[in-house]
This record gives sequence, structure tokens and C-alpha cells, in this order.
Amino acid sequence: MLLDVAKRDALAARIANLSIPTGGGWLGAARAEALARLLAMGLPGKRDEYWRYTDPSSLTTAVPPKTPLFATDNELMPFSGLDRLKLVFIDGVFDAVQSDDLALAGVEIERLGIAGRSDIHWAQSLYGVLEARGQMPVERPLSALNSAFATDGVLVRVKGNAERPISLIYHSNSENSDAILHHCVSVEEGAEITILENGPAGARFNKVIEVDLAKGARFHHISAQGRNHQCRAVTHIFARLAEGALFKSFTLTANSLLTRNEAVIELLGDDAMAHVAGAALGDRNFHHDDTVFVTHAGQRCESRQVFKNVLKNGAVGVFQGKILVKNGAQKTDGYQISQSLLLDGDSQFFAKPELEIYADDVKCSHGSTSGAIDETALFYLRSRGVPTQMAQGLLVLAFLAEAISEIDDNSISDLIRAQLEGWLV
Amino acid sequence: MTELVLEESEVRDGVDRETIETVQAMAGKYKYGWETDIEMDYAPKGLSEDIVRLISAKNSEPEWMLDWRLSAYRRWAQMKEPEWAMLHYPKIDYQNQYYYASPKSMAVKPKSLDEVDPKLLATYAKLGIPLKEQLILAGVEGAEEAGERKVAVDAVFDSVSVGTTFQKELAKAGVIFCSISEVVREHPELVKKYLGSVVPQSDNYFATLNSAVFSDGSFVYIPEGVRCPMELSTYFRINAENTGQFERTLIVADKGSYVSYLEGCTAPKRDTNQLHAAVVELVLLDDAEIKYSTVQNWYPGDENGVGGIYNFVTKRADCRGPRSKVMWTQVETGSAITWKYPSCILRGDDSQGEFYSIAIANNAQQADTGTKMVHLGKNTKSRIVSKGISAGRAQNTYRGLVSMHPKATNSRNYTQCDSLLIGDKCGAHTVPYIEVKNNSSRVEHEATTSKVDEDQLFYCRSRGMDEEEAVALVVNGFCKEVLQALPMEFAVEAQSLVAISLEGSVG
Repeated sequence: MLLDVAKRDALAARIANLSIPTGGGWLGAARAEALARLLAMGLPGKRDEYWRYTDPSSLTTAVPPKTPLFATDNELMPFSGLDRLKLVFIDGVFDAVQSDDLALAGVEIERLGIAGRSDIHWAQSLYGVLEARGQMPVERPLSALNSAFATDGVLVRVKGNAERPISLIYHSNSENSDAILHHCVSVEEGAEITILENGPAGARFNKVIEVDLAKGARFHHISAQGRNHQCRAVTHIFARLAEGALFKSFTLTANSLLTRNEAVIELLGDDAMAHVAGAALGDRNFHHDDTVFVTHAGQRCESRQVFKNVLKNGAVGVFQGKILVKNGAQKTDGYQISQSLLLDGDSQFFAKPELEIYADDVKCSHGSTSGAIDETALFYLRSRGVPTQMAQGLLVLAFLAEAISEIDDNSISDLIRAQLEGWLV
Repeated sequence: MTELVLEESEVRDGVDRETIETVQAMAGKYKYGWETDIEMDYAPKGLSEDIVRLISAKNSEPEWMLDWRLSAYRRWAQMKEPEWAMLHYPKIDYQNQYYYASPKSMAVKPKSLDEVDPKLLATYAKLGIPLKEQLILAGVEGAEEAGERKVAVDAVFDSVSVGTTFQKELAKAGVIFCSISEVVREHPELVKKYLGSVVPQSDNYFATLNSAVFSDGSFVYIPEGVRCPMELSTYFRINAENTGQFERTLIVADKGSYVSYLEGCTAPKRDTNQLHAAVVELVLLDDAEIKYSTVQNWYPGDENGVGGIYNFVTKRADCRGPRSKVMWTQVETGSAITWKYPSCILRGDDSQGEFYSIAIANNAQQADTGTKMVHLGKNTKSRIVSKGISAGRAQNTYRGLVSMHPKATNSRNYTQCDSLLIGDKCGAHTVPYIEVKNNSSRVEHEATTSKVDEDQLFYCRSRGMDEEEAVALVVNGFCKEVLQALPMEFAVEAQSLVAISLEGSVG
């Protein structure tokens, strides 16, 4: 279908400042294909059903809105005590000085820009491939834009059990950086890895991670998106799971003007398991959107979506979750819960938890609730001498607990919990 | 059926064994698929301003009504058919249908039911809706025991109302119950005030089409403080081929009044699809209550998906007054395509909206149905219970909206939507939208999807039931919460419909 003139012009303006790096190689071809997808789709608009509750316009302007810098000592550093391989990106560019060597037993790590120059590479079958699959049935143009224009990122191939987590650390030193990063992670049969992410990556950040899990592979992802009140981010994680694979992703969003996190997960093999969870704490000018699409194609697979929002002073939370069970995906167990705690009368919560089911022997359910803090519980704590603010903090922590408990590694979930406790209680 | 059914039914409003047997006797394939051979008067095929003028003239309408229709038509001509529903059907050719069909004998309006063409009366008698002022609806003998239950009927045949019973008795209570064409002539002030005030002309493609070409339908006005002395009902019958039915229903419940309204519909078996686009508007003033129950049993098409009604309906209740209450109950078993979202605008403080629905899709049927609860007033409450059943190759979608506006403080919503799948070729989908804009309101939404429970089936089978009976019983249990919300006459009919609609879905 041809785009109308307005959409075509908006897209032309958006990509005018971007350039596809030259140098050919396999990556050049993948970028060209992604650009073709983007040109066919156009950018998302306010009237698109998939952007019903989040206005994408500040994500699609030619240049990012000017963003005041944020003091780093205020930044969220949840993983600082952890033994990990650090890879640092500043405004979307890899910083070799601050990063550790790209060496980890059982894992191959390469920078996208360098690996992309060769003629043949394992990432050829992954880069832009899952993103392209994820364009059906719903278009995600900002992820195609990422595949076409991302200049940096890492390609990670996991062959055994990674001895330490890979920690991707993002910094922003610019008021108008337009960071675009694209990572690929391939976990081979029976292998396991944990990927950590934290920090604001730029004034505006567009990130894609593509994850391919072979038979029995295990992937853990924990992302803490920073406390910068002014930045904007749109992220996509695309995952494909073979038989018996495990995918776990947890996102903590403490603050930012606008965040849209999309997870697109396909359970292709039998007996695979995917859990996506998130906790968002919003204050004032905060718009947070979790959009999740899980497709069950294999049999006996399990998926869970657990999202919790705590909102105050006019903050907005959005959850759009979908479970698609394909014909033949018998014995599917799908679960979806989205809950919001509105701490005052100005905050808002929008949810669209969808089920689309074409197999009969399945167990799928979703629940969604929204409301104020439980006055009875608050009263109880107060009557035991707990000051109001602390009591409220404790109840908020309890509310978020279900999402945080989705993190398998206790040492990491404890760090997240401790961080939250520090803010709330 | 079995003892289990009897036991379960006996607890309900005194439905006895005889009633159950009558219902059992009804069982069979689509039993309303026959046709009445009667001479008809058609408007020329297709849709244009001239056709709109002709429909208006046939109803002897005043100029303002014609102007209203024409403005709707002009708007409609600019609109696009919506495509967001999970429904797939070939493009409808709006020029290849008749928009008006009336039995020739109705050319001169009969003054009373005695003057109505016996063929028409026989048609309704055969449908179990005798147009006589008798105590009860036929086919529900058990109802006699419930005391002096009267039901007034407005019978609509293709584009015209054939007759309305009990009008005089209702008039004594001040209740107006007549066809919409009658009220346009006799109480234009009420029509001007309320028509289109809940579902505006511009509302959506099908409502706009209806506003242009609506033929008959029922009008109800319940005056202040009156509890309608009997249940009111409208029975819609599509008979003519290639003819759309576009009825319009408007119910106004004045302060402190109450009415229970029932709606039923059937159509003959045909190989071609027929269009039905209705609009129902309910207006509730302070403390008023309306109970609106529908058993939708339009011809669903055959096992291969040939024929059947395309059912596009806009139903909305406006709870304008404080403490008003509306309850939509629907049993959707018919139609090839169902597109229907009975909604509640909870404008008055402390108003309440309820939606109970059973939607069954078998063979090649497709249903996309649900509700909207729009909370505008303080302390408003809503409750949604939706049961979707898919069998054969059918697709069944629940689509709903719950919206809490900033001013709708201390409001509550509870939503439960359950889907049941019978067989591995059908689909069940849930598309809820939840919008919360204040924190003193509480919204809860739960949905589940499952298959017919094997243990329950096994239990029924071990008691000697065949598989089809067992499935019907389990499904009836699954729907119980909704069946219980129906008035008794409908509950019995609905229960048997559930069984009939699922015929052939097993094995």
C-alpha cells in the first residue's frame, strides 16, 4: 500500500538526518531490507490503533526535543556491586576506554559496526530477521528504523554457560543525542546467559535486541531504565524460542518523560517458557507503556506477563499485552496480569489485555486491576506506629513484589528490591 | 435431557417438568427457517435519496423526519465501512438489496388486530408469538404458574409493524407502546426530543445507515413513577428475500419508572446473506430502571457458512438521571456475522449498568460482541459478565471498553469474560480496553479461556448421556450466571437454544 503524502513527508524528515553507514558486507544488505520495510510502513501516528494510548510524535520528530542533562550521581546504579562484564555506550556509541575487554569464557562478543563488514557472519540469520517477523500482524516501524540506521551495538554468541553477566551501561552527555543501538544475542543449545542493562542512553533512545534461543537455551534479561526525568526511549526485544528454551525479561522504569517497551516473543518449539515482567514507578510528567505480544506455536509452552505500575502526580501507565495461541499449540498455559496503583486522583492507567486463541486445549487467563492504595492496610500499619510515608512505601513494595520475583537470580532481585526500598521507605 | 437439568431448572422461578419437555420438543436444527408465502410490496432495489423519500412517504412521515433521514443518508454516503472487528465477510453490495418490504395487506393499516391478514397472524402463531391478548407467550406453559403474567407484543414483519397488543391496557397506566412509525405521527414531540439523542446520526457507519432507512421498530414511553404493568416485547421477523431489516427502537423511562423489555428475532433459511442493521436507544431519567433482554436467533447460515444474517447492531443506554439502572442481557446464537456492543453511558451519579451476555458461534459463524461502560457520574457501578462459546470453525470475539472519567469518582467496575472452546478449529478472542482516569475508582477485569472440562463430560457420560447432551449441559452450566439474569420466558428458550446451537459441534 502506498503511504499518504503526510506520512511520506514525516518519514522523509525523520530519516533526513540519519545515514546508513557505507561499507557493504552482510550488514549493508540487512540494513537495505530494513529501510525498504520502513519506507513501506511509514512512521507510527497518533491515530494508529497500536498507539492509542501513547502519542509517538516526540519519538518520530526529525531531531529529538532538547533534553537537559541529568546529574549522574542521582542515577540508578542497581548493579554496581555485581561481578559482570561491563560494556559502556555513551550517547549510542561504544566507549572502549570505560568498557572491559570483549572477552568472556564461553561467549563470543563483537561490535556490530566491525562484524558487519565481513561477507559472512552468524548474525546474518538474526539481525533484522526477528524484527521483520515481528512486523506481522502489527507493524512496529520504529524497530525497522532501528535495523536500518543502528550504527552500534553488540553481537553476542553464547556457546556454554557464561561465567558472568554481560552488563550494558548507557550514559548520555548530550542534550540532543539520538541514540540508536541494535544488539543480537544467540544462545546455543543448552547454553545460558544474563544480560543487564542500565542508564539513560541518550536524549532519545531507540533500541532493539534480537534474541535467538536454541533448544534448551536460557536467557535472562534485567533492564533498569534510569531516573532521568527528561529522556525518551522506545525499545523492542524480539525473541524466538526453540524447544525447552527459557526466556526471562524484567524491566524497571523509575522515570523518564516517555518510555515505550515492546516485547515480541515467539514460542516456536514445544515446552518452552517465556516470562516478561515489569515494574514502573512514575511521578509527574511520566508516560510509560509496556506493549507485549506473545505467540504460542509450540505445544505445552508457558508464558507469563506480569506488569505493575505505581503512578502519582499525573503520571500515565499503559499496558497492551497480547497472547496469540496458534492452531495446534495445545496445552498452552498463558497468563497475563497488569495492575496499577494510583497514588492520587490525577494519574491514569490504560490497559488492553488481549487474547487470540485458535486451539482448544489451552489454559489462558488475564487479569487487570486499577485502584488506590488499600486504606485498611495503611491504617493497620499506621496503628502499629509506622509513619504514613513509610507505610505507603512498604505497601508499594509489596505491590511490586510479584513482578520483581520474576527475576530468577536472587542476588539481582535483592539489588533491585534494595534500590526500590531506598527510594520508597 | 436428564435429571440434572431438571434439578437445576426447578430452582428457577417455578419452571416445571412440563416446561422442560416443551423445550425439549423444540430441539432440532434451526426451526424458524421456513418462509411465509405472502404478497409483498417492495421499494425498488438499491439505496438513494429517492428510496429514503419513499420509505418516509410509506410511513406518512412529516417533513422534519424526512429531513433527518436525508441528512443521515448524505453523511452515510461519505462514510467508510469499519474494518476493525475480527470479522471476515465479502464486501456488502449496498445497492443489491431492498430497503423496504411490506406485506400488501398492510398497505392500509389495519385498525385492530382482528383486521390483520390471517397469514401474518399464522406466521407469528407458528413462531410461538400469537398476536392475541392472552396471558402468556406460547411455548412456555410453565409460565402460567408464575401468576398473571402478561406480555405485550409489537410484531415487526420485514419493514412494518403488524400489530401491537395490549395497547389499551397499557394506555391506562399512561404507557405508550407502539411502532416507531406510529409515534412519529402521534407524538412527534417525544421523537424530536429523544430520537438520536443517545445514538447520534453520526455515531457509526451502520447506525448512520439505519438513521437514513429505518423502517419499523418499537417505541416505549413509561411515565414518571410508573412500573410498567406487564413485560413488553418486540418480535422481529425477516421474511422477504434480499431485503434488509433496519428497525429502530427507542425506550424512554421517565423518573422513577420501570420496564422490562424483551426482544426476539428469526429469519428464514436462505442461501444469500441478508443485512440487519438496527439501532436501539434507551433513555433513563432519575431513578428509572430498564431491563432489556434479547434472544437473537437470526438464521446463522448452514454448516458450510452459506447464507445467514449479517447482524450489525448499535445499542446504547443513557443513564441520564441519578440512581438510574440499566441491564442488558443478551443471548446471541444466530446470525452469520454479529457486530454488536450494547453500551451504557453512566452519566447520572450513582447510576448502574449491567451487561450479561452469552454468545455462541458454531459452524462458520463469526461474532464480535461486547459492551462499553462509560462512567461519567460519581459512584457509578457497572458489571460485565460475558460468556463466549466457540465450536466448529467459528470465531468468537469479546470486545469491550470500561472507561472511568476523572469526575467519576468512587466508581466500580467488575468484568468477567470467559471463553469456552469446543474443538480445535474454532477461535476465541478477548479484546478489552480499560481506561482509568481517577484513583478512587476500582476496576477489575478477569478473563479465562478453556475447553470443555473433561471430568464434567466424563461424569455426564457415565450417567448415560450421549456426548452432545453432555456438552450442552456443561455449556449450560458455564452460562448459568447469564441465564439466571434473563426473564423466565427467555431463560427457558435460551437454555434450549444453547443446546440447539451446539448441535453437530461434537465428534
